[in-house]
Amino acid sequence: MALAAAYPHGALLLASPIQAALRLLELLPSPAFWQAAGNSSARIFGGFLLSCALAVLLAALAAGRPRLRELLVPPVAVVKAVPVASFIILALVWLDARSLSLFISGLVVFPPVYLNVLEGLRQTDPKLLELARVYRIPLRRRLWGIYLPQVLPYFRSAASLALGLCWKAGAAAEVIGLPPGTVGERLYNAKIYLQTPDLFAWTAVILILSAAFERLFLAVVDGLAGRVGA
Amino acid sequence: MMEIRVEGLCKSYNGKPVLTGLTAVFRPGITCVSAPSGTGKTTLLRLLLGLERPDGGTLCGADCRWAAVFQEDRLLEQLPAGANLRFALGEVPGEAAALLARLGLELSDPEPLRTWSGGMKRRLALARALLAPWEALALDEPFTGLDGENRARCLALIRERAAGRPVVLATHDRTGLEDAPLVRLGRE
Repeated sequence: MALAAAYPHGALLLASPIQAALRLLELLPSPAFWQAAGNSSARIFGGFLLSCALAVLLAALAAGRPRLRELLVPPVAVVKAVPVASFIILALVWLDARSLSLFISGLVVFPPVYLNVLEGLRQTDPKLLELARVYRIPLRRRLWGIYLPQVLPYFRSAASLALGLCWKAGAAAEVIGLPPGTVGERLYNAKIYLQTPDLFAWTAVILILSAAFERLFLAVVDGLAGRVGA
Repeated sequence: MMEIRVEGLCKSYNGKPVLTGLTAVFRPGITCVSAPSGTGKTTLLRLLLGLERPDGGTLCGADCRWAAVFQEDRLLEQLPAGANLRFALGEVPGEAAALLARLGLELSDPEPLRTWSGGMKRRLALARALLAPWEALALDEPFTGLDGENRARCLALIRERAAGRPVVLATHDRTGLEDAPLVRLGRE
């Protein structure tokens, strides 16, 4: 009560969940809302997918090549340790604002996916690989029968973690880079114009998109795991 | 007639000799390799299968198409029998259902192998080897975990399939194999 009396325009500092929800409902019918959500999703999830593909490829190559594995240790350690904000500012020098969130989300996804898939591959049962050698089992069937069941649980846990990370980092990149027509730009504008209900509504949009993409992607991974019996 | 010759075969691990100058011939039919535990049976099979390189000696005729039953079953426990055969052989051979039935197994069993008993898995591992297109067969203690009746069934099938092709059978128990040529290793 005292706080409400001291701050009669409290929504400026802290919007209530109802105010945020009402603002979100106002935003929903607007084409600009869907454009912003679509642009951000395409770049952030695109960065996630590209980075996953690169991480899986490099992990597959590095699993059997100790030199490549050692070569990748320093860059992976740097990406893990350096704050995302530093990368965002640095990347702004090289990239235009539109590509920034794709690059940054890909960057934060790479270490957990690469390291987990590499660990999964290194845990592959050598006895089954010997069996495959003796029975001359081709690579495609080895992938399906030996590698995928072994690696998928590792990949799943990495992807679950990485999907949350990429939305956080991607949105931060958009807030700093301000690519037009994105969720990050809307967040920035909400902050500049002290539209706290907007800020909360767009934050909720990020949460919803992150959760939706995580569920969707993990459902695909689980479907694949079910098929190979992982 | 295909035969495999090993001459002066040597292999050691961490300086400890396991095989020292083994010379033997594996002709078509079953040849038993008998030795106390830890005296080179598995090592000999691994050398024949090309999974390891010998420190010395020669292997002639071993670069053929092998099938094997390893010391462990090496099956995909998360999959049922049919999927295991498809994984190893590419497709399930037409004779698979009949062969599995002779071993007391059902090809159409939908349960993953993790629900099977040890003896059933052992018989499936043997069936997988017998159904594969092989020129030589390596069997490492193939009767482990089998009762007398199942052992006899398995042995009868191996004998049938061994005609014209060498089968190297490592075992410490030669029951029913007394007539097979014997290669002794180690202290025996």
